[in-house]
Amino acid sequence: MVTNEEVRAKVLDIIADIALDDDVTGIKDDVALREQLDLDSMDFLDIVMELKKRHKIEVPQEDYPRLASMQSCVEYLGPKFNQ
Amino acid sequence: MTEKVDCIIIGAGMSGLASGIRLSMYDKKVLILEKHSIEGGLNSYYSRGKRKFDVGLHALTNFVNPKDKGKPFNKLMKQLRIPYEEFKLSPQNYSLIQFPDKKLKFSNEIALLTEEIHQNFPTQIDGFIRLLDHIRAFDEVNLNNETVMAKTVVRNFISDESLIEMIFCPLLIYGSAWENDMDFSQFVIMFKSIFLEGFSRPEGGVRTILNLLLNKLKEAGGEIRYKSEVTRIISHNNKITGVEINHSHIIECDQVLSSMGLPETYGVVSEFETLSRPAVGKLSFCESILMTDKKPRDLGIDATIIFYNNRPHYLYQKPTTLFDKDSAVVCFPNNFLYDKFEDDTHEGVLRVTNIANFDLWNDLKSSEDKAHYKEQKEVVYQNAIEILKKCGLKSDYQMLFKDIFTPTTIKRYTQHFDGTVYGSTDKSRNGKTPIDGLYIIGTDQGFLGIVGSMLSGISMANLHILQGDLK
Repeated sequence: MVTNEEVRAKVLDIIADIALDDDVTGIKDDVALREQLDLDSMDFLDIVMELKKRHKIEVPQEDYPRLASMQSCVEYLGPKFNQ
Repeated sequence: MTEKVDCIIIGAGMSGLASGIRLSMYDKKVLILEKHSIEGGLNSYYSRGKRKFDVGLHALTNFVNPKDKGKPFNKLMKQLRIPYEEFKLSPQNYSLIQFPDKKLKFSNEIALLTEEIHQNFPTQIDGFIRLLDHIRAFDEVNLNNETVMAKTVVRNFISDESLIEMIFCPLLIYGSAWENDMDFSQFVIMFKSIFLEGFSRPEGGVRTILNLLLNKLKEAGGEIRYKSEVTRIISHNNKITGVEINHSHIIECDQVLSSMGLPETYGVVSEFETLSRPAVGKLSFCESILMTDKKPRDLGIDATIIFYNNRPHYLYQKPTTLFDKDSAVVCFPNNFLYDKFEDDTHEGVLRVTNIANFDLWNDLKSSEDKAHYKEQKEVVYQNAIEILKKCGLKSDYQMLFKDIFTPTTIKRYTQHFDGTVYGSTDKSRNGKTPIDGLYIIGTDQGFLGIVGSMLSGISMANLHILQGDLK
């Protein structure tokens, strides 16, 4: 069983690698990632590709909005990590 | 057994290396084929004795501070996962557009250029400010932009032709494949990258960037094969099946990203009869790379780059003579903010670049009597010394080293037809070709400069290969 904290940590690892020059330690879970970090659509694609590469998790295009905030990432990806 | 990879990238220049990193990062089996024994393409390097010289790179455009968000350079770093500090960027002092009656200074702060225009062209300042707003709001990298000539657009804002020429001069000579004008999207790319963002130099020059890219590529598992010229791009029923290298060996693949240039790429496609014939660009250059026993600032010059023009009208076009004596870009690589580079000495480097005529140089080079070619290189050198004088360089120095390259040198090292530096006037903006699986990256995809070419490699790899996999 992958806990929500673990899912959060895994997502944070990915974001930290992509937003290299941003400080990711103070990310607020309920605020959109775009508002807190310098992420554009190219970077969101990278998050999707990293999820596939590292965790074999596929996110179909229509679900991209579910990755908007840390909280929605955890809610959406939690079940996928536990499948 | 036949060798097979996922993607072949032709050319280990900036765009090829950047796309190679992206693709290997996402587990593609990538092979970069480079004709030469070193990487870099149009932005490379060489050594003479203990001295190291950059070719291509005068300055890196698109300078940003790490705090700036969403600028091309930041996008590039994130996509390649290279932290800002590793580029070791040092900003320019200032640069100068020097015409017969007027000079305009600019720096990495647009306020300086605005003030200079206000002083020198008081009636044009309002129009210039409106032009700035128009440029800031314009989406220059939209792949669906139509081609519109830039001077036509700019004339809606600025009525003084000599100001238009002064503004266009650095933008044309640092990236235009067109003579005297350019496509408006490309104009905006250049304007933002030079006037709004500005110049810097990586400590250690172009090698710093190339080493970063090579290390990343290696880390991601990508491979480069040197001395491997692609002599044929093989397709069957308009679909890529592989490439032939050095007229002998065949490697199979499903996708090819080519940074050779559009006409150069089409020239080796096996099903060439199905393709249009792209234009070969007309613009090539000669350059004098000089080394003095003193730094330029000790000889009276602290400008980083001088865009020199000695005619009433600025001509950015293929000259009818071997080279254009009356205009040049003069670059002083020592005049960046922190001249404390590890590889630095008390010696100064001066680079004078003139527009040149490939055909005439090629005739000289192919003639039996090699002495003429040498003599003419000496003429280029003497002219460079004159231009440096007119830029204000004091003459109490010793010349320690000089090297002059010509359009035929460029052709030899880049394989670009006619030694073009900014490629064809036919660009493939979305990177597509009539052959399925063959994509164009680099100059002929249409993003310009070093940062532009890396972004080109990245965005074409993302768009055509990585995103395709997600669907």
